[in-house]
Amino acid sequence: MKTRKLLSLTALALLTAGLHLFTVLSGTQFYLTQLTMAAYYGLVVIGLGVMMGYAGQISIGHAGFFAIGGYLSAALTTNDLTPFLAPGLIRWLDRVGLLVHGQDIFGDPLMTVSPWAACLSAVTVTALIALLIGGPVLKLRGHYLAMATLGFGIIVYRIFLASPFFGEADGISEVPGFQLLPATGLLGPVIISGDAAHRVLNYYLAWGVLLLGMALLLNLIDSRAGRALRSLHSSEEAAEAFGIDTARCKVQVFVLSAIYAALAGSLLTHFNGGIGPGEASVMKSVRYVALVAVGGMTSLWGTLVMGVGLTFLSLRGVFGSYDDVVFGVILIAVMLFAPEGVLRGLFGRALQRFLPGRQT
Amino acid sequence: MNTRTSQQEPMLLLEKVNKQFGGLQAINNVGFTVQPGCIKAVIGPNGAGKTTLFNLIAGNIPVSSGTIIFQGQEIRGKKSHEIARMGMSRTFQNIKLFHGMTALECVMVGRHTRSCAGFLAGMLSLPWTWQEERAIRSRSMELLEMLEIADLAGTEVSSLAFGQQRAVEMARALAAEPDLLLLDEPAAGLNIYETAEVARLITAIRDMGITVLLVEHDMSLVMDVSDEIVVLSFGSKVAEDIPANIQKNAEVIKIYLGEDETV
Repeated sequence: MKTRKLLSLTALALLTAGLHLFTVLSGTQFYLTQLTMAAYYGLVVIGLGVMMGYAGQISIGHAGFFAIGGYLSAALTTNDLTPFLAPGLIRWLDRVGLLVHGQDIFGDPLMTVSPWAACLSAVTVTALIALLIGGPVLKLRGHYLAMATLGFGIIVYRIFLASPFFGEADGISEVPGFQLLPATGLLGPVIISGDAAHRVLNYYLAWGVLLLGMALLLNLIDSRAGRALRSLHSSEEAAEAFGIDTARCKVQVFVLSAIYAALAGSLLTHFNGGIGPGEASVMKSVRYVALVAVGGMTSLWGTLVMGVGLTFLSLRGVFGSYDDVVFGVILIAVMLFAPEGVLRGLFGRALQRFLPGRQT
Repeated sequence: MNTRTSQQEPMLLLEKVNKQFGGLQAINNVGFTVQPGCIKAVIGPNGAGKTTLFNLIAGNIPVSSGTIIFQGQEIRGKKSHEIARMGMSRTFQNIKLFHGMTALECVMVGRHTRSCAGFLAGMLSLPWTWQEERAIRSRSMELLEMLEIADLAGTEVSSLAFGQQRAVEMARALAAEPDLLLLDEPAAGLNIYETAEVARLITAIRDMGITVLLVEHDMSLVMDVSDEIVVLSFGSKVAEDIPANIQKNAEVIKIYLGEDETV
């Protein structure tokens, strides 16, 4: 089992390098930009996949968590803090090194939060929100849970759309790059940014994050806590009878998947240099659910492959103006014809042997 | 296993337990004790309230009034998983295995209360969890061997035969190393040979030091294995005695063979 996990993760790493090599050989390096974005969206989808496929809890509000992560990162790193905070607090934050001094487009001083601090607070705030709403919302089941999470998504969308602090319908642009490591010696800085100079670096960063996120989830589903999650999927009563605190388990996996979404939102916002309210829209949430379904509910690898693949095609504009239509149709078709997911549905057990998302 | 309770203190004590569902009195003033180390059976015709009683004891539904004391602690207000942690384990009348898991994984879930690796430890696969995981796995495998289904360890539970599923349920319940084991109709749907096997198994479980509370329809099984029997009818306790006396009890005979109920 362990070796199988390692093998499949190695395969993902090789695929990453292989895709890069392919773009170089075919002179299509510009694909790397969409591949980078697709990897971050893939992170959202696998996080949701564990919650939906393994723990059996649906969420049609995950774009909300993605957007909270992205928007908080964007707002904190672009808005001037001076009018919002007490001068004493600003001085203290500055001394701790959490602030960045810059200039806005008119040359006026601009005091913002450093990307590190912004990203950490974005993810933390999202986790807290998930924790707060997770308790009451996850008491609901089936359709009711779907409705409640849908409602949450709509609320988040409307807040971002209405709030001047978050740029209303324009969203937030001019988000700076996120410098992970400063330049050392011959090596340049490690920075998350959409600048063409950092394209290859960012491609590997995004896929690295995806690989790491995948490894953690694969560990989880084979662990004691993972078995607990999977058990409550088929019978909460039986899970409880064996000492599993199902309410707690559900909140844990909800918070975990919210953290995945928020982290993806934050990093992708730095990569894109901005975020708009479309990222919080209900259609985005539906799309994430469709991608989990099409990948196969209980196959993390299927979810990852389909999630990244279809998102890439969508970002390349393959589906044109019918983008949302395509994902809606995919969702319906999968539910009707291949509820086990397209990969397993089409290629059956032969392929499943090579996609060890679920060890049997 | 937890420290065994002294002989004076019962493993399980029910006192004037009532349960109403709306206007229906499902359990009416029922009280009995289960002494440590014995096999107690609850019998009664369909609708007598046997499964309701089990659900009350396991904490799935709250009692309307009365007390249930398990290992010296009242279980009122405790959630099902908390009671499980106090040393109670069970099987279900309608098998409730975890679909999508292998037989082995199902049994491993049974060891939840006997292990402690948390969410983060699992995600990070911390080295100390490996040993625990190995222990869970080997103990679960032993139980599958004991129930003679070790060869099915890697099979998904949904594709097992009915009798095999029952065996996995039993292994899962035993994996928790409970002090009290509730068996809800363990022989339902089994043939005569399998039932005899279950009877042997229940006795073996008692001999392992596990107290057993059993709900069963199969009279021969109940009479064979039980140390004591409680008879329920329409939610009330009609009799409580050793099997030999229950067989002679006029009231009980009337309930089972009475003029009105005879089909």
